[in-house]
Amino acid sequence: MRLLAENISVARGGQIFFSGISFSLSSGEALVVSGPNGVGKSTLLRVLAGLLPDAQGAVTLEGGPYETVAEASHYLGHHNGMKPELTVSENLDFWQKFMINEANAQDHRVLSVPDAVAAVGLEGVAHLPFGYLSAGQKRRIAMARLMTSFRPVWILDEPTAALDLASRHMFADLVEDQLEAGGMVIAATHQPLGFEKAQNLVLMPDEDARLSHEDPFADPEAG
Amino acid sequence: MWALFLRDLRLSMRAGGGALIGVLFFLAVVAVIPFGVGPDLKLLSLIGPAILWIGALLAALLGLDRLFQHDREDGSLDIMLMQETPMFLTVLVKCLAHWAGTGLPLIIASPVLGLLMNIKGVAMLAVAATLLVGTPAITFIGAVGAAVSVALPRGGVLVSVLVLPLAVPVLIFGVSAVYGAVEDPAPFTPPFLILCAITLFFSVLGPLAASAALRASAD
Repeated sequence: MRLLAENISVARGGQIFFSGISFSLSSGEALVVSGPNGVGKSTLLRVLAGLLPDAQGAVTLEGGPYETVAEASHYLGHHNGMKPELTVSENLDFWQKFMINEANAQDHRVLSVPDAVAAVGLEGVAHLPFGYLSAGQKRRIAMARLMTSFRPVWILDEPTAALDLASRHMFADLVEDQLEAGGMVIAATHQPLGFEKAQNLVLMPDEDARLSHEDPFADPEAG
Repeated sequence: MWALFLRDLRLSMRAGGGALIGVLFFLAVVAVIPFGVGPDLKLLSLIGPAILWIGALLAALLGLDRLFQHDREDGSLDIMLMQETPMFLTVLVKCLAHWAGTGLPLIIASPVLGLLMNIKGVAMLAVAATLLVGTPAITFIGAVGAAVSVALPRGGVLVSVLVLPLAVPVLIFGVSAVYGAVEDPAPFTPPFLILCAITLFFSVLGPLAASAALRASAD
């Protein structure tokens, strides 16, 4: 499977956010989007997820049973998509039933709700209302949602912002599993995510975006 | 889809949900009328069905802004928009769940509140029946208003103002069907069937328009 983005441009209110962004991503690859605040990282991810209908350019997914990139994707934005009034397992249970479809119901990569909660290391909280959790715990439960149904593409917006070091390692492992299973991961971040091989897309204001295989978070002295 | 229905129904029952607020508002509107109008039982039973319908209409409008706003604020709406499932179906199920959570309790409460208005058996049955077929239309019309104003903070009043003119026919035919059931020359069946037709019409148009508005407002 291959994800192709061609010449994506976004203009809002007469101001061009970014233009001419192209990249291609094959199964098992990750793309890390970085750049200063306000440069349009989240906007780019929303374009990829099909949530900005007036964006220019084309995003296509080749070689899969999916018609659009949106339905092939898990999107984890700034918000977690969970109801504070419902318990953690009620929330995850709903998303599992809502998102799972015939095509992937039997997929071995799909975890049951208790297994997904265990995979993010929060076994003890499944019976609590989601609103009782801390910011980091909420984020980890939102990540557990990605495992309760299978989508080949993960689109993640600052996934590790509220996480402690151990949880960041846990998250890197989850991403590694997803890539090994032939999935793709696109993440916007300000922090090094610890992906082993990833393309990097650096967005800069008033400049063309550049695509590199160098890690923008690498320590210059170590190299 | 059943999971979405159950989730939304559960949310309307939990603390802060719309079910109880709607019924309490309905009670407040109907309960003050006899104090304002005075203890004329004949007059009360004459205006009773109309008052019950107006109360139910206002109570149904009250919770409409919650239909999509919370889902948008916590990011659930983005995920729903991305699914293979058509958004039309998602909106339809959300409307049905919203109606079951806030409209149905109003219908169940209406015979009790009818006692306050001195409404007799047949008229009470007619009020409950017309509310049963009429209130879903209010939810479907309201879904369009809720979807259009979803991006606005505190869009609640705006939703009511947008929706009210479209909901007026529902009120007219609902009340005239009730009077048709009680008073002899006026017919019951034609206005009742028109009410059913309005509900069926908006059960298609409402979710279609609402899902288009939600797609356009994603930013």
